[in-house]
Amino acid sequence: MRALRPRPAAPRKIADLAVKIASSLASLIGIFFLSWILWEVIRKGVAAINWSFFSQLPAPPGTPGGGVANAIVGTLAMTVIGTAIGVPVGMFSGVYLAEFGQHNRFGSLVRFGVNVIMGIPSIIVGLFVYTIMVKPVGHFSGYAGALSLAIIMLPVVARTTEDMLLLVPDSLRESALALGAPRWKVTGNIVFRAARTGMITGMLLAVARISGETAPLLFTALNSPYWPNSLGQPTANLTVTIFNYAMSPFADWQQIAWGASLLIMVAVLMLNISARLATKGKTR
Amino acid sequence: MSASAFKQRAERLPEQLAVAEKSRPVEVVGKPLFVLPKGHGADLHAPALPPRISTRNLNFFYGANQALIDNNIDIAAQKVTAIIGPSGCGKSTHIRVYNRIYELYRDQRAEGEVLLDGENILSPSFDLIRLRRLVGMIFQKPTPFPMTVFDNVAYGLRLHYQLSKGELAQSVEQALRDAVIWDEVKDKLRQPGTALSGGQQQRLCIARAIAVKPEVLLLDEPTSAVDPVATQKIEELIEALKKKYTIVIVTHNMQQAARISDFTAFFYEGRIVEFGPTRQIFTNPTNKQTEQYITGRFG
Repeated sequence: MRALRPRPAAPRKIADLAVKIASSLASLIGIFFLSWILWEVIRKGVAAINWSFFSQLPAPPGTPGGGVANAIVGTLAMTVIGTAIGVPVGMFSGVYLAEFGQHNRFGSLVRFGVNVIMGIPSIIVGLFVYTIMVKPVGHFSGYAGALSLAIIMLPVVARTTEDMLLLVPDSLRESALALGAPRWKVTGNIVFRAARTGMITGMLLAVARISGETAPLLFTALNSPYWPNSLGQPTANLTVTIFNYAMSPFADWQQIAWGASLLIMVAVLMLNISARLATKGKTR
Repeated sequence: MSASAFKQRAERLPEQLAVAEKSRPVEVVGKPLFVLPKGHGADLHAPALPPRISTRNLNFFYGANQALIDNNIDIAAQKVTAIIGPSGCGKSTHIRVYNRIYELYRDQRAEGEVLLDGENILSPSFDLIRLRRLVGMIFQKPTPFPMTVFDNVAYGLRLHYQLSKGELAQSVEQALRDAVIWDEVKDKLRQPGTALSGGQQQRLCIARAIAVKPEVLLLDEPTSAVDPVATQKIEELIEALKKKYTIVIVTHNMQQAARISDFTAFFYEGRIVEFGPTRQIFTNPTNKQTEQYITGRFG
């Protein structure tokens, strides 16, 4: 046999270095824009944050004071209701996909549907809810807003739940079944427990996602300068407030839009941090 | 192993033996096939109990692929039966029929009869939950549930029995003692089961399985994922458990089968090639394939 000619080391090392540099640069670009966004929002938003920002209703342009208290309450209420619908429905769909519909036709259909909903632009979800809940009754409402948030949340929760449950090895299901546990108990208190941290993270991130949605609210909850006494009426919310105020020609309104942006950003950041805390130290 | 590779290895064997004979002629010539512990199999002459499990023309399919072909075997009560054979020969598949755990997967099905104390467990009228209380199973990798050591053992107890707090604690302790792990975990009952070492986790799983008072214990390569010291502890445990339970163990380790089992079945390509007392299988097999397998010439 002929002696094997060794491959020179230099091209390998150069290729390695090139990939390292390219990937580091790409990451740096991401970090750069993230920091820039954070910096701009904090710089321009901090000035708007004061007591009246949290406690008062919007004031007309040029009037001192005025806040977004109603929008904070409205966004919170719609996010809570949206979550209350989106999380259980999404979670049970995910359970179906992972535990019962892995290999059957209905399962594939549901999975396909979930992927499609996930891909629908949120403004179309807003338009859809407009046609079924706003148009028939003749006015915008917070419930319609909450429903569109739930629809946006549902596929995210379903997919995360499915992915997290599939990470649980079959050997764990088998050993619980082998002990004589019925299937629903295996899912409910063994598989869920094993997948808990991942599922909590997924849900918190889904909440973070909907708390920043604007388009679906534009056609459903609209906005309002008043306190949300009932979610059956147009309901104030932060994101549409940001949209309206930022587009306005008034400097004090623009200032408040920055403040509201900062508020949402901090809330999302805190949800992300709690997701991390939930997973910390117990990946299993 | 492919047929040609097998042939190659078989052809090389005489040369290797010749080399070995040159260096240590006395030990090699006339060496017994296997060394069994002294007194092994002596208790087989005791009055035999009726078989605990009997399979009759058991066939098993993964979709269109047949994995078990006409398996007929009687598993002796309160004895250890080892199932050996090369990878993919159907060993695990065979015991996974005994508790119908294969039903978790849609395309798997069994045909024929599996009689547990005379009752056909494959019949749809046999209650699955009852079957799984009667037939416990230990898997290759330890599978502690994501809960405390105590709750791991209590899990099955709570499923099948109505127990007061005190009775529950007592039963958990008894199961842990029977699995010879009590002394190691009695101060860790409130810690997660996953925090134990691999060998301890496996014995915890055994405790969890015997807590519900089964009649049969199926062990699917229970020591393949633990270290030699833990393996020895588990083997000693199996030895002690056979007084109360009927044990079927699938193993890749022939020394292990020889050490701990009373009966051995050799599986090959889904068929039971040879089944008999372990002493006979390992010292005087009647089948050529069995002999080749246990002498390490294939598989």
